[in-house]
Amino acid sequence: MSALAGNYTYYITAFLLAIGLYGMIGKKNLLKKLIGMNIFQTAIFLFFIHGAVKPGTTVPVLDSRIGMDAAAYINPLPHVLILTAIVVSVATTGVALALLITIYRRYGSLEETTILERMKQSS
Amino acid sequence: MTHAAEMYFSFTPLLAVLVSPAAAILILLSSQKPNLRETWTVIAAVCKFALVSSMVAPVLAGQYPAITLFDIAPGISLALKADPLGVSFALSASLLWIFTSFYSIGYMRALAEHSQTRYFASFAICLSATMGIALAANLLTFLIFYEILTIATYPLVIHKETAEAISAGRKYLAFLLVAGGALLLAVAVTLMAAGTLNFAAGGYLSPAMGRGPLLGLFILFLVGVGAKAGLMPLHSWLPSAMVAPTPVSALLHAVAVVKAGVFGFARIVGYVFGPSLTADIGGATLVGVLAGATIVVASLLAMAQDNLKRRLAYSTIGHLSYIILGTVLLTPVGWLGGLFHITTHAAMKITLFFCAGAIYAKTGRENISEMDGIGKQMPLTMAAFTVGALGLAGLPPVGGFLSKWFLAQGTLASGHPLLLAVLLLSGLLNAGYFFPIVVRAYFRPSKHFERFDEALPSMLIPLLLTAAFAVLLGIYPDGIFHFYSLSAEAALGVVARGAP
Amino acid sequence: MSHLPVLIPITLLLSAFLIPLAGYVKRDFAFAIASVGAFLAFAFSLAGLLMVLSQGEIRYHLGGWAPPIGIEYVLDALSAFMAAVVTLIGLVVLIYSRRSVLHEVPLRVVPLYALAMLLLAGLVGIIVTGDLFNLFVFLEISSLSAYALMAIGDDRAPVASFRYLILGSIAGSFYVLGVGFLYFSTGSLNMADVAQRLPALYQSRAVAAAAIFIFIALGLKMALFPLHLWLPDVYTYAPSAVTALIAPIMTKVSAYVLIRMLLTVFQPAYLRDLLPMTSIIGWLAAAGVLYGSVMAIAQNDFRRMLAYSSISQIGYIGIGIGLANPLGLIGALLHILNHAFMKACLFLVAGSIRFRTGRWKVSSFAGLGRKMPWTMAAFTVSALSMVGIPPAAGFFSKWYLLLGSIDAGNWFLVAVILASSLLTAVYFIRVLEQIYASHANEESAPMKASDPPPSMLLPTLLLGAGLLILGLFNSAIVTHILNIVVLPLHRPGS
Repeated sequence: MSALAGNYTYYITAFLLAIGLYGMIGKKNLLKKLIGMNIFQTAIFLFFIHGAVKPGTTVPVLDSRIGMDAAAYINPLPHVLILTAIVVSVATTGVALALLITIYRRYGSLEETTILERMKQSS
Repeated sequence: MTHAAEMYFSFTPLLAVLVSPAAAILILLSSQKPNLRETWTVIAAVCKFALVSSMVAPVLAGQYPAITLFDIAPGISLALKADPLGVSFALSASLLWIFTSFYSIGYMRALAEHSQTRYFASFAICLSATMGIALAANLLTFLIFYEILTIATYPLVIHKETAEAISAGRKYLAFLLVAGGALLLAVAVTLMAAGTLNFAAGGYLSPAMGRGPLLGLFILFLVGVGAKAGLMPLHSWLPSAMVAPTPVSALLHAVAVVKAGVFGFARIVGYVFGPSLTADIGGATLVGVLAGATIVVASLLAMAQDNLKRRLAYSTIGHLSYIILGTVLLTPVGWLGGLFHITTHAAMKITLFFCAGAIYAKTGRENISEMDGIGKQMPLTMAAFTVGALGLAGLPPVGGFLSKWFLAQGTLASGHPLLLAVLLLSGLLNAGYFFPIVVRAYFRPSKHFERFDEALPSMLIPLLLTAAFAVLLGIYPDGIFHFYSLSAEAALGVVARGAP
Repeated sequence: MSHLPVLIPITLLLSAFLIPLAGYVKRDFAFAIASVGAFLAFAFSLAGLLMVLSQGEIRYHLGGWAPPIGIEYVLDALSAFMAAVVTLIGLVVLIYSRRSVLHEVPLRVVPLYALAMLLLAGLVGIIVTGDLFNLFVFLEISSLSAYALMAIGDDRAPVASFRYLILGSIAGSFYVLGVGFLYFSTGSLNMADVAQRLPALYQSRAVAAAAIFIFIALGLKMALFPLHLWLPDVYTYAPSAVTALIAPIMTKVSAYVLIRMLLTVFQPAYLRDLLPMTSIIGWLAAAGVLYGSVMAIAQNDFRRMLAYSSISQIGYIGIGIGLANPLGLIGALLHILNHAFMKACLFLVAGSIRFRTGRWKVSSFAGLGRKMPWTMAAFTVSALSMVGIPPAAGFFSKWYLLLGSIDAGNWFLVAVILASSLLTAVYFIRVLEQIYASHANEESAPMKASDPPPSMLLPTLLLGAGLLILGLFNSAIVTHILNIVVLPLHRPGS
């Protein structure tokens, strides 16, 4: 039980990863795939954020009462990495949505099976 | 007679190889001017022959012209070296190209064939590749030119662009590319095992690798060159390739491509493994059996063919195995017979193919059953045919008698009288499938062939000249070109050093 | 000039920013800026390569911050070599692309060039960076550009691109996850620094997990079997010039990252000797080689045939990495170079055929040998090179791979390499038969075709001639560049 208590974040991360993967691969609706992708990426963000945590420390903003002791602040680097990754994720979602709009305009549906049928018909 | 051979730097081998690609480019550029285009072919052939024959004298004196170009792989260079074996092959190929060029011009124009530019350009590249194979100083250079030859001959095989031609082309490539793969693997393994790929008279592989692996390597090499050399069961591309125009069949499948295969085999037994190692690992016995079987089976199959070119194809398969047999007899006189047969067979077979082509161009006939009485219309052509047939059956005064004589001596010297029986049997079979053609041509009159109406001079003269060449080799084997001496030098160089 | 490592991506990024601005003023400016940018990038890469060969590694600290805290860009033998290859292909294809793009997607010229510059910037960034997370950033830059680029085209392109997007994002995310594991284990993101700290942690499961995640990510990006599913559709439906740009270089850069992981970060002691990672890569690659060749035979669409052929060729590179011995890796690196040239040439030919005839089915190519002789000559050289006929370049990469397989005693790989050469011959000979030895049939009703204009023909011929030159002079490349690269692979005492 202690293993569970100490590592519950990792289990949640894994769970979200699994949901995201299922969404991307198991769902037939393109928009649901996209949502799955976002969940997947969010799981990874959570993993990184958790990795930055040190018990008994405070936010990485310089506090004159604590001084320059690095051990008193949590690790800001993973946060920076995640900010970058979030930006990437947003950009990717943007591109994906643009693609979906194009696909919808052409095929009138976002269901993979319907699209494949219509592709075969038109070729 | 064997002196220590020295190499000296010379551009000649390189020029001999490069003359025809240069010509090929000029041919491609002159596609609109047929006469100019044909001139390039002739000039290239003559130049190539001149270059190669200029190397004969130094080579016989023990001075080998050589040139090492840049490294083609770390530690292995693209290198050419003219030694007796190589010069002998190069000389016969380049000499016969001159005749074939004139013949081709006549044949293609008589039949108003299409794609002549592609034809002549491919031919030029093929001859260049053949020179490269002959003069290669190491296995990798050999392999590179060997593969180029396979590809360069493909446009010639499918020249007619009929469904039959295309399927023959596919079969051709299938066999030769698979063989090429086997050869590539064999060369790679040799490099990893021995550290060098340079040919050395008498062989350079050491027995340290172990008998089993060495035999496996030998078999890989055998598959690699055996396909081109028509060794059964890798031979079936040859009869199918007869769908190509006759000059292609003549030069390439009687002189260049198939001879590259047997030449490669000679290089492998003589200059990579060495005679004693070949015998030790059982390679000699294995090949002896295969070659002997090929000789007999091919001769029998030849008798069953009605299409003249296919009969000639099977005859070629049989005679190639004569050469292979000569090399695995592992005695000087056996080698001499085999190597000399490279030249004599080339001369005789090319004559026969030229005759077949002349007959086709003149009368449109391909099958022997339709050629009764043709001697009345084309007596000179059939005379040349008779000369070639006599030689292939092993009768004097044609060159084929001499090479067979040496081979027979070789079988006795190496203690294999069974092989002597095979040779004699094959001679009889040769007679059996050639003489009826001659007899029927001259002595069975037919209403189709009444008047004298010989082939065009552009075809007739080359075939008479090649027939004369075949006779020259028989009565004066060392005359003019020194083929005999070259073969003898090569044989001694290999077997004296690496004798079992 | 130690700014070289950063100049290469910066030039390309600047071009990418300038193109939309200038391009909306006048469309031709887009092409001009793209060409100049690509040319400068290639010039810098070449200069970098020459400098590295004579002086050794060049390191640049971004913003002046010293590693391992700061991000550094490194040009060593491997990255300089890759950068030169990528920028050269980029340059040649960009010059070709002008008329092809105007012909196929005239309304999207400006965005296409901007995205192409971004793509190249991303790829070059991946190559020169020495920081693991910075690599992710550039990876995503190049991927996003690729998703967008490949969606320009006919109706099916966006669908194919969307699938690529989903799979590519999985890849990027897995990579980040792997880097995360590495960071939390070693405390650093700098490749050289991580390499120093890892050996002490080889037994850690987190590091193993990192290796696996990163490997899956790169396998997806590289289209290593069985993670290749996105590739055929994407290559088939994108505009010709786009495929010609992406196909030769994008998957190769992912292969480069894998090699970088093997040589520098995780090092052979770990990926080859401790974990069976390289062996697994080798087996999967072998499967990919055979799968790609077999599928290619079944295709009538020329572009799809080339796409499956790419999967097969990437398998060769994978085999070389999987062997993880000097000869094998030399084969892989040489094949990266050779295949870039071959595939670029082939796709340029496909684009030229489409430009002149609008066709892409092999069965409709009859008689092209006569109508487009120069283009078909380039095609023949590339085809022979793909099959592995000397003296074309393809023969030599197979030669080294064979030597490497024999050295490792892996006869199965030997058989795979040889068998696939024959399979490759099957589908290329079929095309050659159509081009040279077939007469017009119902599908290929006589058409007016001729060689494309010089701006398209010259790059094609250049690449074709390049294949012969690369073949003949491969020894120089191996001796001077590649031998240095594979030094870490030599086992002590060998």
